[in-house]
Amino acid sequence: MSFGIPFFPQEASSEAGRIDALFYTLLAFSAVLGLALAGLVVGYAVKYRVGSKADRTGKRSRSLPLEMSWTIASLVIAFIFFGWGAALFVRRDHPPADALEISGLGKQWMWEFRQPGGQREINELHVPVGKAVVVSLAAQDVIHSFYVPAFRIKQDAVPGRTTHIWFIATQPGRYHLFCAQYCGTQHSEMGGWVIAMAPEQYAAWLNSQGEGETLAASGEKLFRALGCSGCHGASSKVRAPSLDGIFGRPVALDNQQTVIADERYLRDSILNPKKEVAAGYEPHMPSFDGLIDEGELQMLLAYLKALSPQPTAGARQ
Amino acid sequence: MTNAAMSGTYLGEGSGPRAWLLTTDHKRVAWLYLVSLTAFFFLGGAMAVLMRIELATPAGDLVSDDVYNRLFSLHGIIMVWFFLVPSIPASLGNFLLPLMIGARDLAFPRLNLASWYVFISGSLFALFAVVAGGVDTGWTFYTPLSTLYANGWVSTAAFGVFIVGFSTIMTGINFIVTVHTLRAPGLTWFRLPIFVWTLYATSLVMVLATPVLAASLILIVLERVFGIGIFNPALGGDPLLFQHLFWFYSHPAVYIMILPGMGVVSEVLPCFSRRPLFGYKAVAMSSIAIAVFGFLVWGHHMFVSGQSAYAGVVFSFLSFCVAIPSAIKVFNWSLTLRKGEISFETPMLYALFFLALFTFGGLAGLFLASLAVDVHVHDTYFVIAHFHYIMVGGMVTAYMAGLHFWWPKMTGRMYSETAGRIAATVTFIGFNLTFFPQYVLGFDGMPRRYHTYPPEFQFWNVLSSAGAVVLAIGYLMPLFYLGWSLFRGARAPDNPWNATGLEWQTGSPPPPHNFETMPVVTRPAYAYDMKGLEHERFSPHREEAAG
Amino acid sequence: MSGTESIAFDTPQRERRADTFAMWVFIGSEAMLFGAIFLVFLVAHVDFGPAFAAASKHLSLPLGTFNTAVLITSSFTMALAHRLALQRRWRATVWALVVTSGLGLCFLVVKGIEYGKEIGEGLAPLLGMPFRYAGPDPVHAEFFFGLYFAMTSLHALHLIGGIVVIAGMIALWRTASPANRLRRVVTVGLYWHFVDIIWVFMFPVLYLINR
Repeated sequence: MSFGIPFFPQEASSEAGRIDALFYTLLAFSAVLGLALAGLVVGYAVKYRVGSKADRTGKRSRSLPLEMSWTIASLVIAFIFFGWGAALFVRRDHPPADALEISGLGKQWMWEFRQPGGQREINELHVPVGKAVVVSLAAQDVIHSFYVPAFRIKQDAVPGRTTHIWFIATQPGRYHLFCAQYCGTQHSEMGGWVIAMAPEQYAAWLNSQGEGETLAASGEKLFRALGCSGCHGASSKVRAPSLDGIFGRPVALDNQQTVIADERYLRDSILNPKKEVAAGYEPHMPSFDGLIDEGELQMLLAYLKALSPQPTAGARQ
Repeated sequence: MTNAAMSGTYLGEGSGPRAWLLTTDHKRVAWLYLVSLTAFFFLGGAMAVLMRIELATPAGDLVSDDVYNRLFSLHGIIMVWFFLVPSIPASLGNFLLPLMIGARDLAFPRLNLASWYVFISGSLFALFAVVAGGVDTGWTFYTPLSTLYANGWVSTAAFGVFIVGFSTIMTGINFIVTVHTLRAPGLTWFRLPIFVWTLYATSLVMVLATPVLAASLILIVLERVFGIGIFNPALGGDPLLFQHLFWFYSHPAVYIMILPGMGVVSEVLPCFSRRPLFGYKAVAMSSIAIAVFGFLVWGHHMFVSGQSAYAGVVFSFLSFCVAIPSAIKVFNWSLTLRKGEISFETPMLYALFFLALFTFGGLAGLFLASLAVDVHVHDTYFVIAHFHYIMVGGMVTAYMAGLHFWWPKMTGRMYSETAGRIAATVTFIGFNLTFFPQYVLGFDGMPRRYHTYPPEFQFWNVLSSAGAVVLAIGYLMPLFYLGWSLFRGARAPDNPWNATGLEWQTGSPPPPHNFETMPVVTRPAYAYDMKGLEHERFSPHREEAAG
Repeated sequence: MSGTESIAFDTPQRERRADTFAMWVFIGSEAMLFGAIFLVFLVAHVDFGPAFAAASKHLSLPLGTFNTAVLITSSFTMALAHRLALQRRWRATVWALVVTSGLGLCFLVVKGIEYGKEIGEGLAPLLGMPFRYAGPDPVHAEFFFGLYFAMTSLHALHLIGGIVVIAGMIALWRTASPANRLRRVVTVGLYWHFVDIIWVFMFPVLYLINR
């Protein structure tokens, strides 16, 4: 129909249709308003051209009722579009509870993913169709942005924090994955494919990749290798708090405040342990800033999360 | 131009370099700006053309990725800070503001000249950065790319932009004080031409927003040169903080750019329709509303940056609010044509094209303000198309309208009407061919700042590149026929368009101190003759009573 | 024309009003500059309050307090200059201006001593100099000192600007008409008070944050 010319992007996620409905409504509104204005201006330009015999008497050069009515109409229409767009946008913060968690790391200039089962991928992301997927994003160096046009999703990956994006792929296929935030020399090369597969094919693919180490398992190894377990381990409770079930739990600090141990808190406690010290402990822990990279940090976070029986979605941000 | 006919006008006051470079006459300073701005416009334009040629094919075959990144960074830096921000205010505004309010000069003539020198020194830094190896951060200087990872002359370019900020603030202060203190007797605020209103609104934004840019650039340079870690997460800083500061300036800056364009169109449309501007007060007040609301919407550049969803919702709401005054203006401009006697000289053609392109760009703004849609089209060619429709289709078209409208006043010469109309039409066609395909590309998902792209996007890219060539021709044409008119053009009468407005009540070109006798104003702006209704409609007392 | 500096004005009175107004507009602009940087500081303070409070203790409160007193006195002498100029007591006006700029210089010298002390103690995370900080959370303390140097040096630059302008004004004093003298004193005075007020905000924010 379109002779190979792409007019519209594919719709391949659960949200794509909803967002497109808003897009096409906006498009229709713009077309109607644009054409009406064009018709008005061209009509006047012809009717009232110099030398035409049109009637030019009467009518002041302002009309309060007219001005009021178009102001109010503009406001009402703007608020409708605002509400519609905002309602869809807020859904971004509420991924379905049973979502598959995949971690993604952006670095100049590639995307690195790790499946829940530990399988690693570079510039490719395999996901099952019909199942919610949450990608937790981190950035190694500069800001990157995870963008899959066919899914209508985009989220920046910002150094120093973890961000999230979720989607449910609806159609099997290969979809472009782009980096949308300019990130330096090879920005346009940074990307690849999201490959959505039927669940059984996805399972088969996972198997064919071998039984990789899960992120949490890598994190556990790292936890020992870096010596964290020496203090935080079960046998040596004397010097450092136990980390069992830490994620999502309130932590009392030595300055009488209490924080929720979310990703932000855990990340800061590893990189900058003196900032928020748990009450009743000496600030002995050294900083691991510069000793571990963003990828290793993700592993540690995954391990700490795995120590908590049921991570709640609310504590994520 | 150095003949006897120019004696007694501001052009007859000497023609050597001293007479120009040390002048404090606002009309001559305007020319200094005009010439430098034109040079920057074509420099930035040449970079754009190179980029479009590169993008005609999906592979990166004309220039390397490093060169491409430098091209778009410098195109942005030059076009935004060295052309768009100063363009109408510093050239047309500088020339016309004192004439329009019946003053001998701007309040601070020496500050005005100084602002040009500051502008030039800032631009020398930026040009040095270009020659020395370029900048590859994009015009937005996002951290930590710009502070820790970029390998170009970022500090030099940022410093250049910082210096140009001073010149912007100088111009802003000068304009604000001039409007407040130097209006002719009888020229009340609501008798001011809309162009003056918009210059005033723009100056407010210049004075209040530019320092925030200065603050963020200072912090960037401190971070690069001295190693302070304000935006560096490893040192406890926050990269998003920079985006907040940057857009706190750069979004209002968009209104710095477009408001004076709206002012020009508000002068041209009534003149060639022989009708007063429809809803004068609404247009004047909406300019101020845009300037104020413009400060509250910066976060709409950051919907997917990781800022809180609630911030996103608030900024989206405010962004829809700022669309209202612009919509009001479009309706008023359209209604101005009603019952007019419309003729289609070059300035009018440009103004009508402005109306079309601005509306097209503005409507796309609704898409971008809608959160869920913005998530998809953010940082794609949809955004590129949107702001080029506003900045180039809107602002540059209005600039051309103004340049053609006041050219006879500025030079005392007429240009070829035929050539003008052809150039306007070529520009309009070329512009749409260049940028309309980019809306489609953006919706299809092509990210911006891409040196190479997947082959399925090629069709629209080829169209866009072809359009860029047409557009370039449209912009080059005035250089020739306007240049020609300087030397060979017919003498312009004082008021060739039969326009109202004080600037037309003096000579073309005006005398050194603008008016032989200082004018007194008794009528509202745009008192265009309306058959049989003149006295009833335009008695100032009646108008005041109504207001 | 009739004793005004800019040809745009008919009378010196109108020109003076315009100058004063222009200075207010400029102050509005400057307030946005400092406002942005204060905002950065306050946001950071909300995030890293304890670290900032601890770091703030390493600044020299006696020197800071002394400098605050110096600047407030200079504002007083500047106000005096304004008053004397209105009374057309030109000689006394010049003296008041000299004292004002002298106090400004005094502030800068003390500030320089303070900087030297901080650099000596290894508290200046600038130009790759070693940052030796004993307190808790050195990462954010470094951030605090970065902001401290950025903010105080920006203020010092403004003060230097004020001193230079006063010096220029005194140099041109003989050739200036009475109207121009008064106009300049009024305008420069406004600027001087503004720069002082900035310090009055900066002092508690930086020095007294945890006391």
